[in-house]
Amino acid sequence: MALQAIAFYVMAAVTVIAGFCVVSARNPVHSVLWLILTFFSAAGLFVLMGAEFLAMLLVVVYVGAVAVLFLFVVMMLDVDFAALRQGFAQYMPLGLLIAVFLAAEMVLVASTVATKGAAAHNDTPMASGFGMDAPNAEAIGRVLYTDYVYFFQASGLVLLVAMIGAIVLTLRHKPGVRRQVVMDQVLRSPKTGMKIANPKPGEGIGE
Amino acid sequence: MNATTTDFWATPGGWVLLTVGQVLAVTIWVLLSLAFLLLADRKIWAGVQMRKGPNVVGPFGLLQSFADFIKFVLKEVVIPAGADKAVFLLAPLISFVLAFGAWAVIPLAPGWVVADINVGILYLFAISSLGVYGIIMGGWASNSKYPFLGSLRSAAQMVSYEVSIGFVIITVILLAGSMNLGTIVEKQAGGFWNWNVLGGGGGLPGLVGALVMIPMTVIFFISALAETNRPPFDLPEAESELVAGYQVEYSSTPYLLFMIGEYSNIVLMCAMITVLFFGGWHAPFPTDFTSAWSPTAASFFHFMWFFGKVIFFFFMFAMVKAIVPRYRYDQLMRLGWKVFLPASLVAVCVMAGWLVYGRGPIG
Repeated sequence: MALQAIAFYVMAAVTVIAGFCVVSARNPVHSVLWLILTFFSAAGLFVLMGAEFLAMLLVVVYVGAVAVLFLFVVMMLDVDFAALRQGFAQYMPLGLLIAVFLAAEMVLVASTVATKGAAAHNDTPMASGFGMDAPNAEAIGRVLYTDYVYFFQASGLVLLVAMIGAIVLTLRHKPGVRRQVVMDQVLRSPKTGMKIANPKPGEGIGE
Repeated sequence: MNATTTDFWATPGGWVLLTVGQVLAVTIWVLLSLAFLLLADRKIWAGVQMRKGPNVVGPFGLLQSFADFIKFVLKEVVIPAGADKAVFLLAPLISFVLAFGAWAVIPLAPGWVVADINVGILYLFAISSLGVYGIIMGGWASNSKYPFLGSLRSAAQMVSYEVSIGFVIITVILLAGSMNLGTIVEKQAGGFWNWNVLGGGGGLPGLVGALVMIPMTVIFFISALAETNRPPFDLPEAESELVAGYQVEYSSTPYLLFMIGEYSNIVLMCAMITVLFFGGWHAPFPTDFTSAWSPTAASFFHFMWFFGKVIFFFFMFAMVKAIVPRYRYDQLMRLGWKVFLPASLVAVCVMAGWLVYGRGPIG
């Protein structure tokens, strides 16, 4: 449909331009903002492909949570721009090499899909087991919780370990810090929290 | 992106026209409602404090919001010298656009929805999680300390409460067995005892669901207060310590956009509570008699119920603002992470277990 083609080209162009701006922007905060735009338009491309569930997850997880923390860190950091640009020429060859590798891989994948045709990859349950009308959340859920349930649980465990690791690394109990005991605060009554003194003139409470 | 299409509007051009028309209709309705809800907010607040509230412009001050609008628009836009101009102006626009974009998936009445997408509830969640960017960008671009501190606070607060909102939404998804907001509303038909707040019906055994869903509704309401930066969680503004948080440097139209976005988000949260827990556009009693009516009349009847419920929850928001004192920041974080998050997580497990071993999921 013409509308979808227009939408695709607009969003693809935005994705590519924003992606370029991520690396070319001079201000790191601007970089992150461009990155968010890239994520967002990539989510739009997902919607066009009919993968609306993945699109929403991309927005919720990457844009809504990961990028916010990213932005937080970048805003708080005092980035030295001069120092950042110093190493640019030095790391240029390595960066170019990685870029060439990535481009080659993408061309390989694209050409495989192009020569065999997308139909050759239709053996996934998402494409075969359900009609186009099946909500793809359901399709993904069925695959994830039946065929790949152990991998799914294992990846969850990996994330849990990472989370506990982060807590263990950063949590320290300093001695002598007065911590709030919320229960005590809540249970405080006028009887325990208040003392009525009746000082004589010129004496004060004397405490 | 598959909006509702009527048969004779199926051509691409007609589809675009129709969708634009629907979007305009919803936006204008929301904007007009906002004008009076804003006034209602101030009037309720004033009423609790035994004041009169705005009463000069128009009868009973009814035109106050329009006067404010003209005042804001006609003032000069002041941009601080050290501000990042593009981001500074982009931030209120983002807040505003996102707050209205979310209305696309809210079912207003049977068939009255701009975009009837299968992941509507996730879309709402995604949009509301994006709302934090308007605030964080505004605070950073102002290039001043108070807005920056305010925006950091606000971002931390919104991210924290999104987590518990997410889990509460999951319990609703489990209960309804669908992420389509239209379907979620449909399943609550037939009277208030079928509403999700009371466990989505199912007779007496269904009341077990109510034990989970009533606390979840309360958690959602409180999290909605925190998510929209309403009192008692209006720490981002905190006029006593941070002057006015992230919006200190904003004036005239950009400030107006922030404020409209904020209020639109509040009304959106009221609509979400209505749709997710209180039956959406369904009346609290069986409405079989409307089948004899014309579809438009029936839709309008249901729309009035939806609108009434939204107004009721907005009234609750306004009352909370008037009555409850502001939270301390550490208490806010404690409530979000140590109370709501575990509670909603347990609720998800209980709900899932009950659906599998108890009632069985709705087919």
